[in-house]
Amino acid sequence: MAILLLAEHDNTTVSDQTAKALSAAQKIGGDIHVLVAGKGASAAASAAAKLSGVSKVLLAESDDLANNLAEPLAALIVSLAGSYDTIIAAATSVAKNVMPRVAALLDVMQVSEITEVVSADTFKRPIYAGNAIQTVQSTDAKKVITVRTASFASAGEGGSAAVESISAAGNPGVSSHVADALSSSDRPELTSAKIIVSGGRAVGSAEKFKEVILPVADKLGAAVGASRAAVDAGYAPNDWQVGQTGKVVAPQLYIACGISGAIQHLAGMKDSKVIVAINKDEEAPIFQVADYGLVADIFEALPELEKAL
Amino acid sequence: MKILVPVKRVVDYNVKIRVKPDGSGVELANVKMSMNPFDEISVEEALRLKEAGKAEEVVVVSIGPAKAEETLRTALAMGADRAILVETDDTVEPLAVAKILKGVVEAENPGLVIVGKQAIDDDANQTGQMLAALLGWAQGTFASKVEIGADKATVTREVDGGLQTIDIKLPAVVTTDLRLNEPRYASLPNIMKAKKKPLDKKTPADFNVSTAARLKVLKTEEPEGRKAGVKVKSVAELVEKLKTEAGVL
Ligand SMILES: Cc1cc2nc3c(=O)[nH]c(=O)nc-3n(C[C@H](O)[C@H](O)[C@H](O)COP(=O)(O)OP(=O)(O)OC[C@H]3O[C@@H](n4cnc5c(N)ncnc54)[C@H](O)[C@@H]3O)c2cc1C
Ligand SMILES: Nc1ncnc2c1ncn2[C@@H]1O[C@H](COP(=O)(O)O)[C@@H](O)[C@H]1O
Repeated sequence: MAILLLAEHDNTTVSDQTAKALSAAQKIGGDIHVLVAGKGASAAASAAAKLSGVSKVLLAESDDLANNLAEPLAALIVSLAGSYDTIIAAATSVAKNVMPRVAALLDVMQVSEITEVVSADTFKRPIYAGNAIQTVQSTDAKKVITVRTASFASAGEGGSAAVESISAAGNPGVSSHVADALSSSDRPELTSAKIIVSGGRAVGSAEKFKEVILPVADKLGAAVGASRAAVDAGYAPNDWQVGQTGKVVAPQLYIACGISGAIQHLAGMKDSKVIVAINKDEEAPIFQVADYGLVADIFEALPELEKAL
Repeated sequence: MKILVPVKRVVDYNVKIRVKPDGSGVELANVKMSMNPFDEISVEEALRLKEAGKAEEVVVVSIGPAKAEETLRTALAMGADRAILVETDDTVEPLAVAKILKGVVEAENPGLVIVGKQAIDDDANQTGQMLAALLGWAQGTFASKVEIGADKATVTREVDGGLQTIDIKLPAVVTTDLRLNEPRYASLPNIMKAKKKPLDKKTPADFNVSTAARLKVLKTEEPEGRKAGVKVKSVAELVEKLKTEAGVL
């Protein structure tokens, strides 16, 4: 059984989420090949080759593949699919975009966001914002799978796979890239951070987010998250949203500040090891999942916390 | 241009669902059902495009039980022109939904299909991408902004690192993210009017699509619960506990 793992990379390194999806692939079992698609991505391919348990890295480079457009990337993966029983990727925005396209082209029902590998064809996955867990068995000949990375540890290094250059599969030519507006930050990434400080509607403005949330995060070397209400109101950028329709995180410590604890938010953080909630309403549902609850005004508690750290 | 909007009937997002004690699934009897929130956003976007003169007709389609007619009527009350119910009592997986939608597209020839990013029951996030694949069309997923040009759409997408803007050739499939717009409420007069708008009934067989499941559901269970912990009295006590008891600082 051979497995093709689609790598998420920035041309030089392979993301930690890919290393986590690799752990899931290892549990499925079989020869694991990693696909690095892009342009000028040979350093990322070398990095992928060092991951433990990878037996080969396929490097496909072309202008068409430079921006992860779904149509040419799906065409490439489908062109390789004949040699694999399983095609797998971390459930990042790139994979969520392209993998269902691959699945449909292969006439396969994708298994989305698995949290556990029961066997090579049977997986657990959350439904209803994580309020139920389904065990599903795929009856398709090929499996197309995305992995919820918060549920898997990162595979280590120590591999020395060969890198093989392959050609792109051509571009259907129906889409083109216009621009990226990516937020750059020195803070750790949400999905691999050990500590996350998250702010909700209570924060009140983008300025207040900077004033009360960021200093605590920086003191802790933490990533910053937000509720949907805070993002919708423009207090925080969209890529900070944690929840059912945002990012799913499982840090060692999650500090929820002025967040009520709607099920859609809990869906994205309730697997954190330790949860702290600071909320001035002692009845807030967030306290039902918090290991440590502090009933307080965030505008008093957070500056105090920052000083105490 | 005609716009096609698939809408799914799902458990209302405010309901905390219960898993059946025998592990066979989720309790759906006597539970409040609503239109999938992302599909409300899709309907709204289609209506705004029509109001802006970019589209002439908005057709909504749902695949589901007879009761999905209520969901379609809601979309008609919001302002959609016409509805199609593809009736089945089976649980239809995204791949089969996409195949049925492909059949609807071939019959209706829309210039744009606006699909929700994900259904909040199965959380699959697949259908739009699958439909685009089956049609050989471009896809603009997780859209927070859509601009329609002469023969292309410019779509701003919510991605992990921020935003990405792409151009896609029309006809195309767009999937909607939460921040695309704020859906309107249907007014009472429009709810009354919606009762008289045309609604066509079909079956999956009309499109030669089998709804047999590819994923066998072996079990449905409650997630491991989390217990409420302790309340601390002060920031000092919190820091102390995080250091000594939890060991995370
Ligand atoms: C389809 C769908 C998908 C969704 N996806 C997500 C998602 O991915 N992520 C997400 O987060 N939400 C999501 N939501 C929204 C979710 O339902 C809630 O509306 C949202 O999480 C609320 O955000 P909040 O807790 O910041 O705001 P609120 O619910 O308004 O809570 C604010 C809290 O702050 C407290 N507070 C106020 N002032 C202070 C103060 N000075 N000090 C301390 N505490 C204070 C209040 O007591 C309250 O508990 C989704 C909703 C839908 C319908
Ligand atoms: N049974 C259905 N009827 C109509 N539209 C559907 C159906 N299932 C899925 N969809 C559409 O596909 C989107 C994504 O669903 P999913 O891929 O299941 O997460 C939804 O927001 C709907 O727009």
